[in-house]
Amino acid sequence: MTKMADLSRLQIIAVILVYGFGVPVKAAGHAPSIDEEVLFNRHIRPILSENCFACHGPDEQARQADLRLDTSEGVLAAITSGSHSASTLMDRLTASDPEQKMPPAESGKQLSVHQIDVIRQWIDQGATWQPHWSFILPKRPPVPIVANETWGENTIDTFVLARLRREGFDPSPAANRATLIRRVTLDLTGLPPTSAEVAVFVADTAPDAYERLVDRLLASPRYGERMALDWLDAARYSDTYGYHEDYHRVVWPWRDWVIHALNNNMSFDQFTVEQLAGDLLPNPTNSQLVATGFNRLHGMTSSGIGAEYRVENIVDRVETTATTWLGLTAGCARCHDHKFDPLTQQQFYELYAFFATTSDPALMTGEDVNLPPVVEVVSPPQRTRLDQLDGETANLEEQLARRVDSADADFVRWQADQDPATNLYLSADATAHYTLDDIEGRKALNRVAGGPSGIIHGPGQSRPGYIAGALDFDGETYVDLGDPWNMDRLSPFSYGAWVLAPDNANGAILAKMDDENAYRGFDLYAKDGHVEVHVIHHWPDNALHVKTKDPVEANQWHHIFVTYDGSSRVKGVTLYIDGQSVAVDATYDSLSGTIATDKPLHIGRRNPSGFFTGLIDEVWVYNRQLSHDEVAQLASQNRVADLLAMPAQQRTPEILERLRAYYLENYDRQYRQLTRQLQQAREDQAGIQKSLPTTMVMGELKERPDVFFLNRGQYDQPTHKVHAAVPEWLPSLPAGQSVDRLALAQWLVAPSHPLTARVAVNRFWQIAFGAGIVATAEDFGSQGQPPSHPDLLDYLSVRFVESGWDIKAIMRLIVTSSTYRQSSRATPASIAADPDNRLLARGPRHRLAAEMVRDAALAVSGLLVEHLGGPSVKPYQPAGLWREMVNATYEQDHGAELYRRGLYVYRKRSVPPPNMTAFDAPNHETCTVRRQRTNTPLMALVTLNDPTFVEAARAFAQRLLTEESLQHATPHDRLRTCFRWALSRDPVAAEIQALMQVIKRQQDFYREKPAMADNLLSVGESARDESLDKVQHAAWTVAANVILNMDEFLTKE
Amino acid sequence: MTKGKYLTRRQLFGQTTYGIGAAALASLLCPDDLTASASDRSALGAPHFPGKAKRVIYLFQSGGPSQMETFDYKPSLKKLHGTELPDSIRQGQRVTAMTVGQSSFPCVSSSFKFSRHGACGRWVSELLPHIAGISDEISVIKSVNTEAINHDPAITFINTGSQQPGKASLGSWLSYGIGSECQDLPSYVVLISQGTGRPGGQPLFSRLWSSGFLPSRHQGVKFRSASDPVLYLSNPPGLDTSGRRATLDALAQLNELKAATVADPEIETRIAQYEMAYRMQMSVPGLMDLSNETDDTFSRYGPNARTPGTYAANCVLARRLAERGVRFIQLFHRGWDQHGDLPSALRLQCDDVDQPSAALVNDLKERGMLDETLIVWGGEFGRTVYCQGNLTQDNYGRDHHGRCFSMWFAGGGIRGGVEHGETDDYCYNIVRDPVHIRDVNATILHCLGIDHRRLTFRFRGLDQRLTGVEEAHVVRPILA
Repeated sequence: MTKMADLSRLQIIAVILVYGFGVPVKAAGHAPSIDEEVLFNRHIRPILSENCFACHGPDEQARQADLRLDTSEGVLAAITSGSHSASTLMDRLTASDPEQKMPPAESGKQLSVHQIDVIRQWIDQGATWQPHWSFILPKRPPVPIVANETWGENTIDTFVLARLRREGFDPSPAANRATLIRRVTLDLTGLPPTSAEVAVFVADTAPDAYERLVDRLLASPRYGERMALDWLDAARYSDTYGYHEDYHRVVWPWRDWVIHALNNNMSFDQFTVEQLAGDLLPNPTNSQLVATGFNRLHGMTSSGIGAEYRVENIVDRVETTATTWLGLTAGCARCHDHKFDPLTQQQFYELYAFFATTSDPALMTGEDVNLPPVVEVVSPPQRTRLDQLDGETANLEEQLARRVDSADADFVRWQADQDPATNLYLSADATAHYTLDDIEGRKALNRVAGGPSGIIHGPGQSRPGYIAGALDFDGETYVDLGDPWNMDRLSPFSYGAWVLAPDNANGAILAKMDDENAYRGFDLYAKDGHVEVHVIHHWPDNALHVKTKDPVEANQWHHIFVTYDGSSRVKGVTLYIDGQSVAVDATYDSLSGTIATDKPLHIGRRNPSGFFTGLIDEVWVYNRQLSHDEVAQLASQNRVADLLAMPAQQRTPEILERLRAYYLENYDRQYRQLTRQLQQAREDQAGIQKSLPTTMVMGELKERPDVFFLNRGQYDQPTHKVHAAVPEWLPSLPAGQSVDRLALAQWLVAPSHPLTARVAVNRFWQIAFGAGIVATAEDFGSQGQPPSHPDLLDYLSVRFVESGWDIKAIMRLIVTSSTYRQSSRATPASIAADPDNRLLARGPRHRLAAEMVRDAALAVSGLLVEHLGGPSVKPYQPAGLWREMVNATYEQDHGAELYRRGLYVYRKRSVPPPNMTAFDAPNHETCTVRRQRTNTPLMALVTLNDPTFVEAARAFAQRLLTEESLQHATPHDRLRTCFRWALSRDPVAAEIQALMQVIKRQQDFYREKPAMADNLLSVGESARDESLDKVQHAAWTVAANVILNMDEFLTKE
Repeated sequence: MTKGKYLTRRQLFGQTTYGIGAAALASLLCPDDLTASASDRSALGAPHFPGKAKRVIYLFQSGGPSQMETFDYKPSLKKLHGTELPDSIRQGQRVTAMTVGQSSFPCVSSSFKFSRHGACGRWVSELLPHIAGISDEISVIKSVNTEAINHDPAITFINTGSQQPGKASLGSWLSYGIGSECQDLPSYVVLISQGTGRPGGQPLFSRLWSSGFLPSRHQGVKFRSASDPVLYLSNPPGLDTSGRRATLDALAQLNELKAATVADPEIETRIAQYEMAYRMQMSVPGLMDLSNETDDTFSRYGPNARTPGTYAANCVLARRLAERGVRFIQLFHRGWDQHGDLPSALRLQCDDVDQPSAALVNDLKERGMLDETLIVWGGEFGRTVYCQGNLTQDNYGRDHHGRCFSMWFAGGGIRGGVEHGETDDYCYNIVRDPVHIRDVNATILHCLGIDHRRLTFRFRGLDQRLTGVEEAHVVRPILA
């Protein structure tokens, strides 16, 4: 044991001696080999950044001695090119006087002798300065020439091999075919291959077999699901708002958009532009709007100061955009100039300005609702039905018009039949009609049969009304109509009355409103002689409000009526005076929360304020939106009887027209039938519209507000105005277009941009190899790790852009390289030499992502339900988790939803799914472009005991025991199949032996304790094949549980 | 020999790698596995200097306890009761959305009586008679302050050093910094209870015990009173302990076979972690089983101590976790958010925690563990002097107040009987010795022998630390 450990240590020392620091295990101090030129970026900058930039870098406030070492001028001021002995920098680095010595002791930083040597060498070689590598536009690098080499499928391999040779390594042999198909299937689809797929590939000896396999995988719809995983992390995708009570929102249509875009191989530049600025494209499609959900996915709070959280939301967008596309850490510059990268605080707020003119609210409403702007998302079948209904309504409207033209004879007949004394009402489908004629018992009778009657409170007396009696609302009187009403913001409704108001009248004509709950509800309100309508969730930030432009004539009877179409928009509110819609001013037009309240509907008062003074008569309430005509009818109803009584010669054409309309609406059978059909078609349309999910999207304010620089990043310390701009050390914005998010997005994907393509291909590389060429995928700045293969990164970036940002092409290039196809087998010596496999002398081997662990178990067990897209699902979760944290109940799904892929599992930020968290799924509170990959006992507990995995083991066992071809198989044969299904290979004898022991032991156990078998077989909701012997099934379930926990099952290798 | 066959990363590089690929050198649990000694598994190896405390029990009072009804006695408010809070005191202080619409801000004097306790003569409210009884053990800071005024940012701030989500929590920092001392439990355990003073009160978030950017093995593990104290701890029904042991043996054999062919050190780590999981399965039920506690213990911790999931039962568990060497034990007691009905609600809420908190301190003392266990008691902010809602004869409420609030400390590294900091007559502003929550966190680290400026982790190009980029100072007057 001791000897072995000593040997290991010797090996390490040997490796270090041979390879120097060439293996970039650490970020800084990466030194040149002896014959190599010392390069500022590769060798010097990391040393300066780590040790000097904090005080001698970009941050002007923190800068000491007016010296900066991150610019050419700054460095040249501290050195004499070609002569280290004449360079102040060297004097200070090597000083023995602690007063002179740099870095100062209190900084805790210290340069190694070797690092000082490298700097000395660089100065003596002429001290050529370079701008930071990632800010220089990548050019297609010359492909290195590696003598006498046959290894390598494509250019990637030449770059990798050149480095391997330089460091004295050999590439590994190719992985065996079964391992390879498993690796590439997991990487490109997130699922293991089936045993049949493995068998086909292993047997396919054609030279292009692997390429055809890759093409098949890239064409699979599972590819989009796999690739979306990483993008969801970057986008901090979550089904909830995150803060406080962590309310629900509907943003999965954005996730669907991502999956489809990736499957359709949307080019990365378009993918970028649509997500960052789809709303600003000319005539954006629904899909382009949905894409902008990317920047609505940050957390939101309902409790807090709006101005403060507005800033937080925008900062989140800047940080997320910077990390995802630029690979830069922008957040530091919110409060001060960046300490390591050239991003100044001013430049931060110039980037901030791109996102600071959007129309989304700063705070959420404290409800499970989407916040504007939103768009409805129409599925293809819904689109078909809607188009069909459009046709139907057009047809019916045409038939109606024809009927109107042909109804004259019937109209004349009807007139002749009328008794002019008939009191005509249109109350056929009204919800309520209070005539207020008879106030016996202080009751307001409802003329609609079965409808609720009201109770009159206060001393108000009956007065002559517009029709018969009216009630005098004297400022103390109101009518309580109870709470059997079910209006809400998504349902159409209409209401109003005849009103005789005094001068400058004030008060509620009709209201169902809770003053104390931020005026939630709706009303019809007299305000200084004008009439207003409020439809309110939370006044004033979440409400609709319209007010007549002109006052309504006082001391005259007027019919005042409002219709609402359930659209939650001001344009859906129509205010009528005397049957004519009138011009209104709209002051608030943002409604997203419920307007339902348990306060009663009142005539003459809100609750408790807003008493009305004046006379009110004939109150109507409809649970639908009346048409213009219908309102006009309602306003003129009383006159119908008078008109009919009129001698024919006195009737003007206009009067005749009104009578005719009245006849058609109420008596003409054909017209009425068509109307009913039309109404039905419209209701169907509305029904579909209402059922359509909305998703949150970006929108710009019409008038863009001024944006300010914030001192120390504080929302309440604005100093000076800033204008949207990009840092001058990066390329310029596209010329000749407005400076907005669209320009920013197009700038990111301009071929002249040095960062975007590098950052993107690095993440694609990370998918395949487990780590990027730049290991710090989130930081391409001065403090990030330098690329392990800088030329390869540039080559891939240039190729990516030249291919038209073709993601599938770049993935194809990566996974068809020999580098990727190498065996991942290592030896202790090769691990010691390059523990993180930065040189790529072997293939990738690492544990699967959380979602893929779940998916693999479901897939091999046969439980997996593959359904592309749709709302998030709630599979098994230990009871009470939400309750103990956030006062909410987790309502677990049943049936197929239990077996969907991991990326569809509901993500609640405050209580993320625990079996995913255990496997390092980020909680998505902030942008993540690189997951941790840890190895803990909590993971073991999940795959051993979580019902998800126990049920998968049970189903896997059932699959093995019911497989037709295994009906007469020995247990050994069965285990062979089991390994093929789960691990894509055959077991070795020792493996069979280990598992047979478990099976035999458990068979004995369950034979003795059949109830225990029952217990085990009851885990999970999927049906069990009751024809199976329980002892067998339970014993094999335990064996399957072991296999689903094998390192190899949890690992891509 | 089996454990020594393969070179682990620890043998190679200790803790120099980070982030991706820094695969599980140490476990979430502390270790016997592989090769490293316990101290070698932490970032610091050893503390910066000898700390008095070895562990922390943080009794977090979630929601914002009122300082005026507990420890910050303000006889001056009697006179001011019902008068408007002067602008000269409020100084344009921002108020929450809940009271921003209030036209009047009348001051409220506490409706509870205060009396002096202990040799130190500490004023404590009648709501906390048991904590009053340990006055000489505890040190109270009355001048704690925070910028946050709403629960979510405030509780995130005090627990992670930042109002914005994404940073590492205090307990995770400790786990990362000085590792764990126990063999079969996580180094950071969280226990949650629901207050009776405001049922369904403010929510909690897993980010409060998240490891943030630190490796996730340092995250707090929530122990629950439900059937599985640790999520997924129990074997599935129908698989008993011996069956599990047999399957784990088989699994280890299978994984060893793999390791023999590919030499990936992750496999050895995984084998060790499955063993650790098994040890947790074996030890946690015993930990959670209070049946071997004496009647005397239950009577000391109070009537709720026998009810799993209560604050009192969690205090007993905290002691048991401390006995087993868990580094950071954090209780979260919800319900301290008395916007209205404060007089009746706060009485219930204080009843929940008074006796158990004091009992815990006494119990640890008797067992000789108090000297090495730092106890922290407090919430994310305090409450306003002015009334929220209507001030009536016998009822009032108080809104959130971050400018001053009280916390107390006891045990390892703390000098008992001290009062530090002073607020003005309105209990609105601090007039002497302000202590920012960053200072509180720096002080907690100090008690464990950690210099908060030197416990860092490189993330996104910055050396992150719990106390952030602003200055923080250890509160020395409360230290022993």
